Amino acid sequence: MNRYAVRRVSARIGVYVAAIVAALLCAGPFLWSLVTAFKQNRDLYDPTNNPFVFNRPATPDHVTYLFTDTAFLTFTWNTLWVGVLVVLITLVLALPAAYALARLDRPWSGPLAVAIFLVYLVPPSLLFLSLSRVVVAIGLQDSTWSLVLVYPTITIPVSVWLLMGFLKGIPRDIEEQAMVDGYSRLGAFVRAVIPLVFPGIVAVVVFAFTLTASEFIYALAFVAPTEEMPVSTGVPTQLVRGDVFFWQSLQAATVAVAVPIAFVFNLFLDRFVAGFTMGSVKG
Amino acid sequence: MATRLADRAGLLAWLFLLPSVLYIVALVAVPFALAIAFALSDVSAGDPSYDYVGGRNFERVFDDPVFWRSLGNTFVFTGISMVLIVVLGKVLANILVADFRGKWLVRFLVLLPWTTPVALSSISWLWLLDSIYSPIDWVLRFFGFLGPGENLYWLGQPGLAMTSVIAVHVWRLTPLAAVIMMAGLVAIPRDIEEQAMVDGAGYWRRMFEIKIPLVLPVAAVAALFGAVFTFTDMAVVRVLTRGGPNDATQVLASWAFYRGIEGGDVGQGAAIALFLFPLLLAAAIAILRVVRRIEVW
Repeated sequence: MNRYAVRRVSARIGVYVAAIVAALLCAGPFLWSLVTAFKQNRDLYDPTNNPFVFNRPATPDHVTYLFTDTAFLTFTWNTLWVGVLVVLITLVLALPAAYALARLDRPWSGPLAVAIFLVYLVPPSLLFLSLSRVVVAIGLQDSTWSLVLVYPTITIPVSVWLLMGFLKGIPRDIEEQAMVDGYSRLGAFVRAVIPLVFPGIVAVVVFAFTLTASEFIYALAFVAPTEEMPVSTGVPTQLVRGDVFFWQSLQAATVAVAVPIAFVFNLFLDRFVAGFTMGSVKG
Repeated sequence: MATRLADRAGLLAWLFLLPSVLYIVALVAVPFALAIAFALSDVSAGDPSYDYVGGRNFERVFDDPVFWRSLGNTFVFTGISMVLIVVLGKVLANILVADFRGKWLVRFLVLLPWTTPVALSSISWLWLLDSIYSPIDWVLRFFGFLGPGENLYWLGQPGLAMTSVIAVHVWRLTPLAAVIMMAGLVAIPRDIEEQAMVDGAGYWRRMFEIKIPLVLPVAAVAALFGAVFTFTDMAVVRVLTRGGPNDATQVLASWAFYRGIEGGDVGQGAAIALFLFPLLLAAAIAILRVVRRIEVW
């Protein structure tokens, strides 16, 4: 009995040690960024100083500089509104498509679902050159709108795939009951199915927004003016003047962007995992 | 009554699908065809008029040793990253599904590398790997592995630069792999494992004869997704090394960008980028096979 108790306690300790090590390995750079953001120059630019603690009093100057003297807020605003519009376009297009593929039982829905999935395999690095010509042709070069136009090509395939998973998790009886109650097929979809799939929609919104905020190649290739850039290209290209990096401000920007996204994502992690499971495994 | 528009499943299916299909055809299929057309042309930023030049871009690309170097680097980068991401992702997934206090905080911290825009986290790493101020070097000096004032020049030496780029990439993608594999772990029906336990199967036997085979298809999907992601990614390379030193970390995607956008030679850039495609196609076929197997199961 005692032996079992010892074993259980050591297994518990093992779990905690593993969890703490994993958390530190993943988040370590961010914790360090947080300290660095508040460092004085004389503290930071001395290779003999301990980089993980304040060797001189902390200063908020560089963080204030980020928010008042750089275009950081403009970048953040651009990322936000591009993200919101892209998510809206994605939902409007992907939700009906996913429903058609998951429920309306056409003979071609299987192959088409696979085809949409495969679009994910034609990545930005293959398309950015020709798309940049397309963007020029439409007259959207150097405009944030070019990103609104192009990003749904990344988010629609993944979202259709995830939403199909959530839709398959809803019993068919519910639509059939709604249709018996006098709704049309379309009405049943809007009134009965969409409310039930709402958790899935939220997960897709978060996922699509995360993908949009992280995208780098298109933003770098299409948009050059500072005031049109999103965070992902604005921060690494505009907070650097020649060879001079505004290091503390850069670290502050990383933390300021990282924390809210990870926070929201974590809220929906379980739903997201559930969506993956239903979509791919119980296909 | 039964043939109201809103009730005709066939027509409705078309109406529901058409917008997505059109969007993707217009902005993925057409640009893809254009990319092929550009690869066979002399289009450049300075002279956007289209002239067909046949395989000349490909000849010039093949004559360039940097291309072959990038191709090799791409394989090294993808291969090593993938193995590490899958193994570490599985370990991380096991930790994340375990029960412990403070799980919410741990999950939040673990998700950070993946949810943060890659260009921003890479910038943080740029300083962590700095040639003079690198905190990693400071730790090594602190423990006496490096002499006073000595530095490793993480991004300045070919081997170390590749190691750094791979490490940052693995750090960033492992949480995503873990999330996908969590889905696989959660999906294993509980009763199978309980039954095995009742039948007297020990931990390792359950691990190797039940858990691993059941998770394998999902792990394979995670691996292939990750491989595609890695194969076509240039953000980490771009921010950390810009392909240097001496193209030691140049990959196909970054080389295509350098040629096509910065060098303005659209034709050659497109020809380089097209090289990604046959390999992606192979990955696609592999994914489909795995997915089909899962559906049978």
